[in-house]
Order: sequence, then C-alpha cells, then structure tokens
Amino acid sequence: MVSSHLKRRLKYLRLALVEHYRIINANPLSRFGFWVIVVFTLVALFAPLIAPYDPWEMVYDSEGNFAALQPPSWEFPMGTTHLGYDLFSQLVLATRTTLLIGATSGLISIIIGANIGLIAGYYGGKLDEVLMRLTDILYGMPFLPFIIVLIALFGRKLEFVILAIVLIIWRTSARVIRAQTISIKQRQFIAMAKARGASDFRIIYKHILPNVLPLLLLYAAFNIAWSIITEASASFLGFGDGETISWGGMLYELWLSGKTRVAWWWFASPSVCIILLVTSLVFVSRAYEEVANPRLRKR
Amino acid sequence: MAILELERLSRHFEVRPGFVDRVVRRKPSSYIKAVEALNLTVGHNEILGIAGESGCGKSTTCTMVAGLLAPTGGDIRYKGDSVLDLKGAGLMEYRRRVQMIFQDPYESLNPRFRISEIVAEGPTALSLWDGDEIDERVNAMLNAVGLPHHKYADRYPHELSGGERQRVGIASALVMEPEMVIADEPLSMLDVSIRAGILDLFKDMQSQRHFSAIYVSHDLSILGNVADRLMVMYLGQAMEIGPALEVIRNPKHPYTRALIGAVPVPDPRTRRAIPNIRGDISKPIDPPPGCRFAPRCPHADASCGERFMELDTADPHLHQAACHKLDVINDG
Repeated sequence: MVSSHLKRRLKYLRLALVEHYRIINANPLSRFGFWVIVVFTLVALFAPLIAPYDPWEMVYDSEGNFAALQPPSWEFPMGTTHLGYDLFSQLVLATRTTLLIGATSGLISIIIGANIGLIAGYYGGKLDEVLMRLTDILYGMPFLPFIIVLIALFGRKLEFVILAIVLIIWRTSARVIRAQTISIKQRQFIAMAKARGASDFRIIYKHILPNVLPLLLLYAAFNIAWSIITEASASFLGFGDGETISWGGMLYELWLSGKTRVAWWWFASPSVCIILLVTSLVFVSRAYEEVANPRLRKR
Repeated sequence: MAILELERLSRHFEVRPGFVDRVVRRKPSSYIKAVEALNLTVGHNEILGIAGESGCGKSTTCTMVAGLLAPTGGDIRYKGDSVLDLKGAGLMEYRRRVQMIFQDPYESLNPRFRISEIVAEGPTALSLWDGDEIDERVNAMLNAVGLPHHKYADRYPHELSGGERQRVGIASALVMEPEMVIADEPLSMLDVSIRAGILDLFKDMQSQRHFSAIYVSHDLSILGNVADRLMVMYLGQAMEIGPALEVIRNPKHPYTRALIGAVPVPDPRTRRAIPNIRGDISKPIDPPPGCRFAPRCPHADASCGERFMELDTADPHLHQAACHKLDVINDG
C-alpha cells in the first residue's frame, strides 16, 4: 500500500511541475526560449546521428569535386570551410561541446554561488566577512590572464576551461543570493520556523532556498548563458579545448583561415546559434521571476 | 509548582554610537532596557495575560521565553530547570514543549509552503512521528481549528484570509502538543469582526488540551475575557500583577488605573474622570534606576526615581502593585 504521506508529496511534486509548465507556457517569449533549448539539447544528445559527415573529413560534392569554401547549398546546408570540412556537421557536434560546457559550468557555478550566498547571508559575522572578501578577490581577477595561466599550466583541456569559467562566474550569484538571504532571514516566518524547532540547515535549505528560487533560477540561466559566451570568447582566442570543436572554436578556425571577409556563412551559423541559445535562456529565466513569487501569479 | 518561572529576567540592547563619536569623542554605548528584572510565574493550566502599550517589552519577553532571543540577565526556568543553556536534544525538547503563536499572520507563514506543510513543519523538523502519522495529525489539527483539511491543506497562505491564516498559525503551534503556549498579540492584526472567533478557538483549545499560556495583548477587554491572571507592564518593568478580573475592576497602581481609565465606554453620555497623566511614553534608553512611570505619575516624588519595587512571586495569587505610594494614593 502506498503511504498517504508519499501520495501527498507526489501530488505536490506533480502540481509543481504543472505549475512550472504553465509559467513557461504563459509567455510567448519564454515558450519560444524553452523550445529552442529543448531542440538544442536534442541536437547535442543525438549529434553523431544528425551530423552527415565527420567534422574533420574533407568533403566532395556530388560531381566529385573537392568542396572547399562552398556557400550554403542543398548539399552542404551551411557551407564548407577552406579545408573542405562540412560546417553543418561541425555545428552539430559543436553544439554538444558548447552545451556541455555551458550546462556544467553554469550549474556548478550556481551551486557554489548559491551555497556561499546562503551561508554567508544566514550566519553573518566573521564567516560572512571571510566569504565575501573571497568573492571580492575573485572580482579583482581578470578572466583572460587567468585562463591563459591555467591553460599554460595544464594544457588545453575541457576540464580546465570549465574550471576557469566556474571560478570566475560564481561570484555574482553569491553576492546577489547573499543579499536576498539577508532580507529573507529577518522575516517572521523564519522566526516561526526556528520556534517550531527547525535546525539552521533546515531553515537555510527548506525555508530560505525556495524563497530565493526566482533569483536562483534567474542566475542559473544567466550563468549558463555567460558560460557559453565566455567559452566562445576563450575558444575564439585559442584557449579552448584543442581536441573538440565548439561554436567559439569554429569562429577561431575562421579567424585562423583568414577568410573572414569572404566566408560570411562560416561565421553566420555559430554566431546565430550563440545568440539564439543565450537569449532563449534569458527569456526562460525572466518567466521564472513569476514562479518565485506566488502572489504575482495570475489565477 | 509553577511550570514556568522568570527570575529577574532582563534584556538590554546595546546602541553603539557612530564611528566618529565612539573613537574621537569617546562616547560610551547606551542601552535600551527593553525588559528589566521581570519576576513572573505561570502555573499549570493557567493563562497569564500580559498587558501594556507598544514598546513595553511584552514581545521581547515572549521571544525570550520561546527561546528565540537570549536574555542579558536573569533566568528562565521550565519545570524547575533553567533553559538558558539548552543545546541540541534538550533545546529541541524544550521547543516541542513551549510553542509560540505569532502576532502577524501575514508575515509569519512561509509564502512558499502549502498549509499542510506549514502545520507539519514542527513535527517534521523534530521528527516527532513518521510521515503518515504527521499527515494524520496535521489533518486532524486543521479540522480542529475550523479549516477542513480537504479544502485547505493544499492551499498557499496568500489564498487565505487573515483570520484563516491565524488559525493556521494556531494549528501549527498546537499540532506539536505543547505544554505551554506563548501567544504574542494573536488578534491585533485581525479585523475586529473576526477576533471573537479566534479568541474562542484559543480558549476552546486551551480547555480541551490543558496547556498553560502567556497571552499578550494591549487590549484589556480581551485579557479580562481570556486570562486567569494579569500582569501590567510599562517600559520593561512589571507594574502590577494579580487575578485578571481583580486587576481590571480594582486597579491599584497609578499606571494601571490610567490604562483602565482610558478604555472607551460605548455610551456617549458617560462622563469620565480623565486620568491625570502627563507627557508621552518615552523610550527606555539608559533609564534612571527607579520606577519608569515616575516621570508621568501624578503621585510620584523624588524617591520614586531612585528605587524600584520588584514584584514578589512567592504567592502567585496575591494582587500586588510595584508602587511605594500605594497608601498615599488609596487615601487620596
């Protein structure tokens, strides 16, 4: 027999999911953003099945000619590079790398930022002082020299690109969430939770966290978006992972080839993808401001 | 034996002057003496009322007894044992036994929790029972406070009216089966029209569940209705204590007399003697050692500003007033 308690929990989970779906669906921009993210995720998951060629395979057209620097056509929907690589295949596989980096560093950075913000804000005092000065130090850290040193020391590896992005990005979310935590911990329902016997841990993660959720989701989306942009700029400057291909890396290859002025199709597709994904994330995150505050919801 | 004893309980808040004043002008900190040397006992199954104006230290006393604020002096004893140094399991046990009902039902319910989750919070946090039993008790408790669980359990606080929210607040305290309930002005934020319903609920619950209670209010008519004994506070000091109806019908202390004299009478033809009270309520920042009501008291002389009379808790049913001038006042 299923316990009634479990049933109630499952019911609340289902209601929450329905609510989230409704929130995203209520606003045309966030609905658009949501589906763009879903499509990119599917492309990333099934990349090898979708890509018609290997990204580093020299392709030939139907007449058997070497297809170098071809503009988009039916055969090569996004054109080819000066070495005859199919750009559509590259883009599809690059989606995987970019999404992996974006999601991983975005999520890790929001987890670090949220925890540091919650703990510093809730406990205050010396702990807050130490954690916030640490954040200040990171604010003084310029991104590019930092990643150059990291790559020089450890080599062009995906893990280090992610590490560099995470270390730089968590600081803003930590500060914002700390500020929100300080304002929420003074509200009376926190005193009530304490009077009812809730531990500090429970107050932080059960009472305060759901109340900073709007900001958290907003910053999660921002962090993912910023990770993608940061990864693209790092790759464009040649500090990406040498083994894989990403959207920024495609732009770097274009720069190296010296064909920037000729091959408009070469920079068009990765740039459009970056812009599309980043704005979609922002659209979805904006819709989440409503989820955060039940009073803002339309009934 | 009393269930709760407060012995010379005090709470002072330090007010530090600004950086320049502190370092350059060497100005010392001042202290807001929110509660000063409060003696009080609450017996088993007794409702003790605390009356007083805003800022008299009623709420500070409540939060200290509920264990949310550490006193700066004195002692709180629960069933004979001091609770000030409780930690871990002992503190959790105390929290279960002594529960608080908050003043503002709009602020004290977590907006992200459903009603059933708010009521279940205490038992869940302290793992009092397993999930199913908590659910059962939460449902029963919601029904008992007049919120049928099938209708209210899954709602959010913003979907409820003020009165319904305060019922949720009461349910979330009582579901833990406390032995002592501290009610900090539970009616003051509610419409007058629904106060009677909530007050009746509180009284019914008390007579069914036999908890002791401290009931704080600035409304003497409510306290006369609900409390067994009544304590009157002014700027952090206890002025008078005694059986509730006796304090209200036959007040001894000049402050209590003024307070009761100020209660409106719903009859425009009644002529009342206006109590001869000067000035406004001040702030308890670095107050003189004596009676804090002295500056406004018509009967005060120089000695009133020097020493203060603490109430005695040896006989809880004694009607006493903290005033040296009682003979003079009662003669005149």
